[in-house]
Formats: sequence, C-alpha cells, structure tokens
Amino acid sequence: MNILSLFVAVPVITITGILFTKGLKGARLVSAIGMGIQLLLSVFLVFYYLSVRGAGNLHEMVLMVDYAWFPSLNIHYVVGVDGISVAMIALTSIVIFTGIFASWEMEYLSREFFISLILLATGVFGFFISLDLFTIFLFYELAVIPMYLLIGIWGTGPKEFAAMKLTLMLMGGSALLMVGILGIYYHSAPDGGAYTFNILEIAKIHIPIKAQRFFFPFTFVGFGVLGALFPLHTWSPDGHSSAPTAVSMLHAGVLMKLGAYGCFRIAIFLMPEAASELAWIFIILTSISVVYGAFGAIMQKDLKYINAYSSVSHVGLILFALLMMNKTAFDGAILQMISHGLMTALFFALIGMIYGRTHTRNINEMSGLMKVIPFLGVMYVIAGLASLGLPGFSGFVAEMTIFVGAFQHKDLFYRIASIIVASSIVITAVYILRVIGMFLLGPVRNKEHLQLKDARWFEKLSTTTLVIAIAGIGILPFWLSNTIMNSLQPIIDKLAPFLH
Amino acid sequence: MIDFSYTILIPLIPLVVFLITGLLGMKWKPLVSGVLGTIGLGISFSLALYAAYQYFFVAAVGDSYQTIIPVNMMWLSFTDHLKIYMGILLDPISVVMLVVVTTISFMVHIYSLGYMKGEKGFQRFYAFLSLFTFSMLGLVIATNIFQMYIFWELVGVSSYLLIGFYYSKPSAVAAAKKAFIVTRFADLGFLIGILLLSFFTGTFDFDKLMQPGTNIFAGIAGVSFLGISGISWAMVLIFMGAAGKSAMFPLHIWLPDAMEGPTPVSALIHAATMVVAGVFLVARMFPIYYFQTPDVLIFIGYVGGFTSLFAAIIAMTQNDIKRVLAYSTLSQIGYMMVALGVSGYGGEAGLGYMASMFHLFTHAMFKALLFLAAGSIIHAVHSNFMQDMGSLRKYMPVTHFTFLAASLAISGIPPFAGFFSKDEILAAALHSNKILFYIEYVTAGITAFYIFRLYFNIFWGKNTRYEHTPEESPLNMTIPLIFLALGATFGGFIPFHNLVSPDMKPFSTETNFMVAIPSVAIGLLGIAFAWLLYKKESDLSDRIIRRLGVLYTYTFHKFYIDEIYLFVTKKIIFNNIARPVAWFDRHIVDGFMVGIGAVTMKISVKIKRLQSGELQQYAFVFVAGALILLLLIVYISGVQ
Repeated sequence: MNILSLFVAVPVITITGILFTKGLKGARLVSAIGMGIQLLLSVFLVFYYLSVRGAGNLHEMVLMVDYAWFPSLNIHYVVGVDGISVAMIALTSIVIFTGIFASWEMEYLSREFFISLILLATGVFGFFISLDLFTIFLFYELAVIPMYLLIGIWGTGPKEFAAMKLTLMLMGGSALLMVGILGIYYHSAPDGGAYTFNILEIAKIHIPIKAQRFFFPFTFVGFGVLGALFPLHTWSPDGHSSAPTAVSMLHAGVLMKLGAYGCFRIAIFLMPEAASELAWIFIILTSISVVYGAFGAIMQKDLKYINAYSSVSHVGLILFALLMMNKTAFDGAILQMISHGLMTALFFALIGMIYGRTHTRNINEMSGLMKVIPFLGVMYVIAGLASLGLPGFSGFVAEMTIFVGAFQHKDLFYRIASIIVASSIVITAVYILRVIGMFLLGPVRNKEHLQLKDARWFEKLSTTTLVIAIAGIGILPFWLSNTIMNSLQPIIDKLAPFLH
Repeated sequence: MIDFSYTILIPLIPLVVFLITGLLGMKWKPLVSGVLGTIGLGISFSLALYAAYQYFFVAAVGDSYQTIIPVNMMWLSFTDHLKIYMGILLDPISVVMLVVVTTISFMVHIYSLGYMKGEKGFQRFYAFLSLFTFSMLGLVIATNIFQMYIFWELVGVSSYLLIGFYYSKPSAVAAAKKAFIVTRFADLGFLIGILLLSFFTGTFDFDKLMQPGTNIFAGIAGVSFLGISGISWAMVLIFMGAAGKSAMFPLHIWLPDAMEGPTPVSALIHAATMVVAGVFLVARMFPIYYFQTPDVLIFIGYVGGFTSLFAAIIAMTQNDIKRVLAYSTLSQIGYMMVALGVSGYGGEAGLGYMASMFHLFTHAMFKALLFLAAGSIIHAVHSNFMQDMGSLRKYMPVTHFTFLAASLAISGIPPFAGFFSKDEILAAALHSNKILFYIEYVTAGITAFYIFRLYFNIFWGKNTRYEHTPEESPLNMTIPLIFLALGATFGGFIPFHNLVSPDMKPFSTETNFMVAIPSVAIGLLGIAFAWLLYKKESDLSDRIIRRLGVLYTYTFHKFYIDEIYLFVTKKIIFNNIARPVAWFDRHIVDGFMVGIGAVTMKISVKIKRLQSGELQQYAFVFVAGALILLLLIVYISGVQ
C-alpha cells in the first residue's frame, strides 16, 4: 500500500477501533495509539522525503500514486507530496496528537467525541495528500462537517448558534469554491481533449486569462473564508470560543491553514495571471485582517476571543504573504502556516487547561495564576512570546521571512503595505503582554484559585511537545526553510512570468 | 593569523548555563544555580580579557587593527543574497564591548549572591541573568545587522523578564510591560530601517556595508520619499531603534520605571550594558552615517544633547535614589550620542567616536558601581527614598568610599575615570559644534550637583534614627564594589585613542586644558552647591524649591511626559481605536453576516405557506400560472 494512503487509512482504522471500545478510557487509549502511530508515520515521512530528495529525486511530487476513480468524469485519486505538504502533514499529526491528550478527560459521549475528532483529522490529512481538485474538495468537506457536531454537542456557551454560524459561513465559502473548481475544470483542456481535475496536469496548461479573472476571486475567497479573510472572518471568534479545546486547537491550528494552503496550491498556482492582476484588492483586505485583527484582540476579555482575533491577524499575514508572489514571501507564508498552527494549538490547549481549573476564561476574574500553576503559566508566557515574534521561536522566523520577502516587491504600493502590516508586531506585543500581565502576574485576588493544581502528566506531554516543535523551528530554521524553498522551485518556475 | 574561534565560548557558556538552570534549577538548592552562573561568567570574563589582549597586542597588522570574523554560520536564507548568518565579528569596539559586558555581568553575578540571598525565585533570577548576558554578547559580536536585530530583541525580552522579576507586584508588571512595548515600538523602526537598507544594498553584512569606497549605496542614491532621501530614512529609522533601547528623548519613558527590577539588574542592564546598545549600534554603523547621511548624524547629536540636559534637570528633583541614577544614566548616554554626533572620520577627527566608546567604558564602571552601592544601601535601609537615609557613612564605610569614588568620577574630577572621557567628549564638541559644547558643559555642572545632592543626603545630612541599625553589606557584595571603584578611579588612564577609532588606526591626543580647566571648575561648582544645601540638615533647599514654584513642579513631574503618553495610549489608541474596532467587528461586520441569516429565515417563514399540501390551492396556482404565461406569450408575439 502506498505510504501516503496510510495517512487516511490509519485514522479510519482508529475510528473503527474506537467503535469497539467502551467508555472514556478505551476510546482515549485507542485514539492516542492511533494518532501516535500517525505521528511516527509522519516523522518517518519527513525523513523519507529528505532522504529521497538527498538522493537526487527532483520530481515535483514524490510518492505519487494515481487511480482512476470516476473515469467518465476523469476524476482520479491522485496523491503525492512535496516539502510543503510533508511539513503540513507533520504539523497536522503533532496537533491532533497533542489534541487527544488535551481532551484526555472528555467524559461526555467520549467515544463519539473521539470519533468525530479523528474524522475531522482524516479530512485534513486527505486534503494535504491529494492532488486532484475533486478529492481535495471532498476531503475539505469531510473536515468541515464533523466540526458542526463537535461544537454543537461538546461546546460551551451559545454552542448551537456558534456551530450553525461557523458551518453556514464555511459552507458559503464551499459554494464559491465549488464554482471556482468547476470553472477550472471546464477550462482544463483549452485545446480540446478530456477535462481533468489533476492539479499537476492543469498547471501545465494555461487557463485563458478571461476565465482566470472570473474564477480566481471565487476560488480565493472560497478558501479565504476558512482563512478568516476580512470581512468573512466573523465565524472565528464565536466558533473558537464555543468549541471544545481539541477542536479549537485543530481548527485554528490546522483547518485555517487548509484555507491558506488552498489559496496557494489552487487559486494562485493554477491562475497566476489573475492572481497577480487582482492581488492589490486582496492585499488591501488581508492588510486589514492583520492590523484590524490585532486591534480587535486588544480589548477582548475572553482568552479565547483574544486568540481568535489573534488568529485572524496571523492567518491574514499568511494570505498577505502569498499575494506578494515571490519565493521568499511564499516561503514565509508556509513557515507561518506551520508556526501559527503550533502556536495557536498551544494557546488553545493551555486555555482549555486553565478553564478546566478556574471555570472562567474572563481575564478580569483571574490574576496571579503564575504563582499557583507555574508550569501552565510559564507555558502560556512561552506561547505568548512566540506569538509576538520573539527570536528563538518559530514565529520570528516566519514573520521575518514574510516581511523581507514582501519588501522585495518592485511596486511601492506593496512595500508600503508591508510596512503597515509589519506594524502589527507592536500591537501584538500590546495585547499579549496585557493578557499575561492581567491573568498570570500580579497578586492572587481570588482566594479560591490558591487551591488550583498544576499540570498533570498528559497536559505536560501535550504542551511540551508543542513547545519543542516551536523552539526547534525557531532555533534551527535553516533545514525547514530550505526544504520549503526547494519545493517552491518548480512552482516558481511555473509562475515566473507573473512574479514580481 | 591567530585563531579567534574560541571566542564563541564567551556567549555560549552563559547560554548553556541558562538552559541548565532554566530546566533543572528548580530541583537544586538555590545557591547551586547562583554559583554555577557565577563560575560560568567568570570563565567568559577571563576569555574576553584574553581575547582583548590578543586582539589589541598580538593581532594588529602594522599600525591598524583588523576586522576579524572567526565564525560565521548560515542561519536562514531569504533570497540569493539576503541571508542571515550567526557569527562573531571582532573589531576594536566589539572587543571593548565584550570586556565591558563580561566584567559588569561577572561583578553583578557575584554581588547578587549576597543581594538576592533568600529571595524566592533565586534560580530564576540567575537563569534570566545568564540569558541576558548571552543575548548582550551575541549583540555586540554580530556580523550582520539582522543578527544584531535578533539579539536586540532577545535583550529586550531578558530585560522584560528581569524588570518583572517580582511578578506579584503590579507596579513591576506594569513597568516591565511598558519597557517592552516602548522598545518594541522603537524596534519596529529599526526593522523597517533594516528592510529599507537591505532592499537597496542587497546585503545585511556589516563587512560589505562598511567597506571604504563601496558603491553599494548607488542603488539608493536617487530614491527619495517625502523629500527625504531613501538612505536617510533608513538610517533615521535604524537610529529610532537605537533611541528606544538607549532611552533617548522622547522614547526614554520606560527607563525610570524599569527601576522596579532588582537593583543588580538595574546596574547590569539599565545602566551599564543594554541601554548603551543604541550607542553601540550608531558606532557600528558610523561609517554609513558619516559618509552617506551626515545630516542624520547631526540630528543624533542634537537628540543626545537635548536628552542629556533634560534628564539631568529632572535628576535634580527626584527623591528615589534609583530614579536619580536612572535619569543620570539617560543624561550620560546623551553624552555618548553627542560624541558620535560631532565626530569625524580618520586620525584626530575621530576623537568623538573614540570618546563615545571611552565614555561608554568608564560610565559602565562608575554607573554600575553607583547602582550596586545604591543596592547595598537599600539592602541595609529597606527604602529607596533619600528622605529615609542620612549619616550612613558611619555605618557603611566601604559603600561610602566606593560611592564617593563613583560620584567624583561622574562629576569629572581628575584623576577619576569620568574626567578623561568627558573631557574628550567636550573637546570633540568644541571643535565641531559650539551649541552642543555649551549644552554639555552646563550639563556637567548639573551632573555634579545632583550626584552630590544624592551623596550628601545619603551619607551626611540629618542623623536619621533607624529601626534596625544599618550594617555594611557582606563581602560578596563589597568585593564587586571595590573592584568597580578601582575601575572608576583608574580606568581613565587606559589609552583609548590607541585602541578605538573609526578607521581602526591609533591616533594621538592629549588633554586639552582649554576644556579641562573650565569643566573641572563647573564640576566643583556643582559639588559646592550640593555641599552648601545638603551637607547639614537645613531648610535652605526647601526655600529654593518654594521660590522656583511651577518650574520645580514641572521638573518634579518629569515634565508630564508620562501623562502625555498615557493620554495617547489610553485615550486615543485604546478608547478611540481598539474599542471601536471591537465594537465595529461585533455589530457591523458580524451583524451583517448574522443579518443575512435572519433575512433568510424571515423569507422562508413567509414563503413556507406555499407548501400547504392542499390540492385545490395547488390546482388553482397551476391554472392561474398557466393562464398568465399564455397571456404573456400572446402579448409578446402581438408586440412583435
């Protein structure tokens, strides 16, 4: 069996396994084992990929497999990975693995919870390995649907409303996306012949510019909804704050990256001419996302709202960088996908753990927690420092690559936009330090909080794994950046005429 | 060629110590962390001294010093030519900085063994201290501007962590946050400056940027924005970063508040090393400033001059001894900026450049000493306010004499170290910019006054009754004091003009009596005033204060700069930007999205009647519809 297909098979087997368990203990054990295997598998994949490349394999994609699925419509099951998707798969495995441990004590309907959670992850893994527009869309939908159940059933606060809003808005995005994908499909054979959904095939031909102009916005905005593109980001604060911990982690950590990844792999890669023509519109929108999201975070009181707005800002930066359309900016965007994925996962995991102890997420009702729960406190500070772009953590590497890359743009308008976007590093520092100062530092005002217990083993495991990944990338960024750069080369070659 | 690659150990040892104490420190006895950190820093200190010896006395070729890059590793690659390296660059200023940083850090490590004894979080303190030292060392040996920026941010965060060391104290938390955000704001300027500079020159490397006669700036020559040339923008923005870290007006507001940190931290970070990073940055970029943007260099000189006078005036009225010293630090850093601003290039013209590094060195000695002595006093009296002190000379002889030595040094009285370095600065200013010369001349008098006001109030003045009789501090605190006092007393005899110059060639200089005599005179005048007012308890000073009225109030409240900042941040940014954005997002943007949902619901409620299930109604609608269509067709065909 193809190793890539294992990434979909293992979760499916895990789900089947969970069906045979009873209660929380069995379900979580099977999930942890399944996702542990998945994590090992992705570590193996990383090394395998590096060794293959080291051995001189210069194909655009490695490990490619192609099965005809619906021959009449030319729908294939095509999988294959390059450095970018390998990195995204590794990210997903880390986040789902730590997410399982962050929901270690999910008492309510635990089997169903873990099944939905892993089903969601299945969709994400499938998305990242696929190279066929149809299967990509299929897996994409597979990832969005369980979200509705996960928030609606296991959420907190106005969960039904939040679940409905999130799902409907993302479905709206899917509708636009559907139009975009069909548009690409029907222009995939301009010289006659069979239409195809295969990305690599489509990339070889040139979609007529008129069609590009029409379908690029559909595709970009369709994926952009998931990437919280202003003004379609409002599902994010409600959705994140109502979602259970692991779902917030997965959603902000990985699902939002699906949007950005789609924008890159499908919208920009297949329709570069339109992308370069229309970039200015989306540069304005994403610049707004970045700055506006950061300002939005300053006045929030709920920890999850703060991180939801922060995600709007940070993911906005990814889309912003993609639109700059040069190698360095692309590299930065992908680094930011990974970095932000790990950081938000850590944030939401910690918020969940803290909420589990204090039963509040309102920063005005907590203070001085550093003294009572030092481990979680220190971890939160680390997450905060990583998020505000401190050197030594992944955020710095990603942001600096983006700023330097964006600033290489020939056009003054784009460079000025880069400076405006760069100013978000100050605003980020303001809201991060404000939050840390308010709820972790200072004296303990609520005496009941003096009884709180610090992190348990599974919480330590979950957070430490994430911190190691964040610091690892931050301290030695060269190998990751280099892998991404090499994988970008074929894409850059294809886009060269339209790049800046 | 001598192999300098061992110098990599100088920053690496503190890093390793940081990691070990940070991860395992909680499991040990507190003292272990302290001793480990101190030993590690001791080794770094010895290595730095050895490297300095080798660099200045062995490695020089002919009559000039070389730029040596023993280590340079690729860290991250942006584009084909923009890459970040991590490496070590040795040239006269970085070697001097290595010695300054390790010396002061080593002394502070020893001192803190006594000062921080029994504090909760002793290990954490030492871990952060090592982190800071590592970052600061990485900053001074940077081979390229991006490496500098990376360590620049790291010293910023170390400073944040150490100012907020007493994290249960709200004022400390607020001060830490303020320091970080103000400097972050300045660093944004630095970052944009780097982006501009690298965009036009295509490199981050100091080596390439500083090459004499380079045409690397050709690409930027014709570029201008808002009437200011591109390179000037870049260099002003880079200076903004320097001004933030070195607390130049108007970005100085964080430094006085930073005194919330433990006193050894104030001595190390907020007096001797981190705050002079801005001076170091300007010195590092000096050839660019001098050859490409001389206007910006003059601007830097004026910013420094204004800050030095402004801060010295405020220092006269403060009562918290650490705050007096903080404003004094601002003022002295202003001197260093002035020195750079008035400097030329090559031979004796480079006097100002040399003087700034010289003053940086002597200032590190005497200001660290002042802070550590202040710490020793606070340790004994348990108060920061000079009203609670007096006649301490009787109880704390070592602290007294070392403090006196430092006070004489900062006042510029020969033969103490400050005399020599300040004299060079004034001489350099006299030759190129008279206005700056007079500003600094007056400031010298004010400096002598406020520091002796402090001295007399603490060690003489009234006979304060103490609840616990103050005692001299233990040996591990007094030994660093004595060591630094030796530096503050004799450090001026180091022939800096043989070591540091912009073109790395030694030059000759001698004491300029035209400058020296009046400057000593004004220093003595300041001391005399302080002696008159504060030597004995008297109401003379209160009477003067009453006379000054509003002038005094303004100065005492630091000219209300903090209040202006508060107004801008709280009133304008928080209330008029952030809050409306949050509201707008929830009610307008989201309201629109929810509105779409609500409208859809409404419409569906309205039209759901159509599906009533009654056959008659369906039949009626069907027939009626068919009739209308028929009529329409007839009508349309009739028209045609």
